[in-house]
Amino acid sequence: MTTYYSEDHEWVEVNGGVATIGITDFAQKQLGDVVFVELPEVGKELEKGDEAAVVESVKAASEVYAPIDGEVSEVNDALEEDPALVNSDAEGGAWFLKVKIADKSQLDDLMDEDAYKAFVAEQE
Amino acid sequence: MADLSGAKKTPLFDLHEELGGSLVDFAGYALPVRYPAGIMAEHIQCRESAALFDVSHMGQALLQGPDHETTAKALEALTPSAFTKLAPGRMRYSVFLNETGGIIDDFIVTRPGDPALDGTLMLVVNGACKEKDYAFLEANLPDGISLTRLDDKALLALQGPKAVDALKRHAPKADALTFMSQTPDAINGVAIGISRCGYTGEDGFEISCAADEAEALARLLLAEPEVAPAGLGARDSLRLESGLCLYGHDLDDSIDPAEADLGWAIQKSRRQDKAFPGSERILKGLEDGPARIRVGLRIIGKAPAREGAEIQDTDGNAIGVVTSGGFAPTLQAPIAMGYVPPAFAEPGTKVTIAVRKRALEAEVAPTPFVPQRYVRKP
Repeated sequence: MTTYYSEDHEWVEVNGGVATIGITDFAQKQLGDVVFVELPEVGKELEKGDEAAVVESVKAASEVYAPIDGEVSEVNDALEEDPALVNSDAEGGAWFLKVKIADKSQLDDLMDEDAYKAFVAEQE
Repeated sequence: MADLSGAKKTPLFDLHEELGGSLVDFAGYALPVRYPAGIMAEHIQCRESAALFDVSHMGQALLQGPDHETTAKALEALTPSAFTKLAPGRMRYSVFLNETGGIIDDFIVTRPGDPALDGTLMLVVNGACKEKDYAFLEANLPDGISLTRLDDKALLALQGPKAVDALKRHAPKADALTFMSQTPDAINGVAIGISRCGYTGEDGFEISCAADEAEALARLLLAEPEVAPAGLGARDSLRLESGLCLYGHDLDDSIDPAEADLGWAIQKSRRQDKAFPGSERILKGLEDGPARIRVGLRIIGKAPAREGAEIQDTDGNAIGVVTSGGFAPTLQAPIAMGYVPPAFAEPGTKVTIAVRKRALEAEVAPTPFVPQRYVRKP
């Protein structure tokens, strides 16, 4: 199981042919109190860069873009009931969606944990 | 990170940084959108106890003429409100009008209580509009009435049900003020002006002081157990819950006061004298109903509708647009304001709001969404 990170502050945990996608702790801190998460339909075909989800904080809406191509196989219904989970457990229980990975080579464009840490340090 | 390179600093800039504020450029000033506590916590702090906001970006100015009647008349000519009978020490909300009756800005005017200041009116206008407002006033005030900008003043807002407890320990005169009244006072020998007013729907105060005294005053108030700092994010969610307009969003120069449902700011004497810009349009709107009117909206479900979202009737026909929208921390539900034709303005009317590809179910709702708790005359 390997976790990758995007420049849009998403994490992508790869488990066989399935990727679990969420936003990072850095991203949730930037957003502030999350009050609503709009998730895609299961079965939707996402291409890298497509709008995969929308996170609403008290103040504003922010898009979450698909970091890789893939068909949505599962979404985290717990976020509907408890959107604040994104603030309390961004890189764990508050995953957004799972996709069937269409093209493994796209993972090479993402960062590993050390590279992401360095990327975040630059932004802070 | 927000680009603050072009932003001016308020007198509390260093304090905002020290308190960990997330600074943004708002109305040309670097101001905190929130502190580490977050918008939700800061909002609740204000509803339950007291919150301190830096509103030094707002424009403070004086209008000065030979006597109250003359100065008040000069201001009346640019607004639909009555000021000649405004009592000393009292405040009033109003709007500047353009030739067609559209709103140039909304503002608060105060008649000082001190008889030595007869002929002076104090104005507080929106930060983002102040240059435009001052140019408008300079161009339209008659001879003998002068405008003086008070750019060397700071303005703090201490808002919430316990604001009075915190402030009166230092400024005893605060306790006796009623809503929309003002008095000069002093804290540790520093002259301040205290107004019992605000933009949150709660009891509270706005405190004007010299810029170089503002940080010490803010620290003094933040040291009180009831008080915590709050940023622009909470200020926005608080005013929206209270049904208060934000210029540039719910009000602009195409919207008149009848459309904005601000008829309460047009006193009877002005409806009779009709001597203000756009009076025909505005008075007709008050009488027969305007073409569109500002309403509150409660959204069913959890998804917020934001500014710019289209309001539709239940058949999907466009009827209006959302001008402010967000999540109401007190109600734990999304709320909005927008403009619709009067036929849709009755509370309870079902509408839908187009958000991305969804049609959110919503209902016209009375405002304020959360009851205002002003301290009026005993």
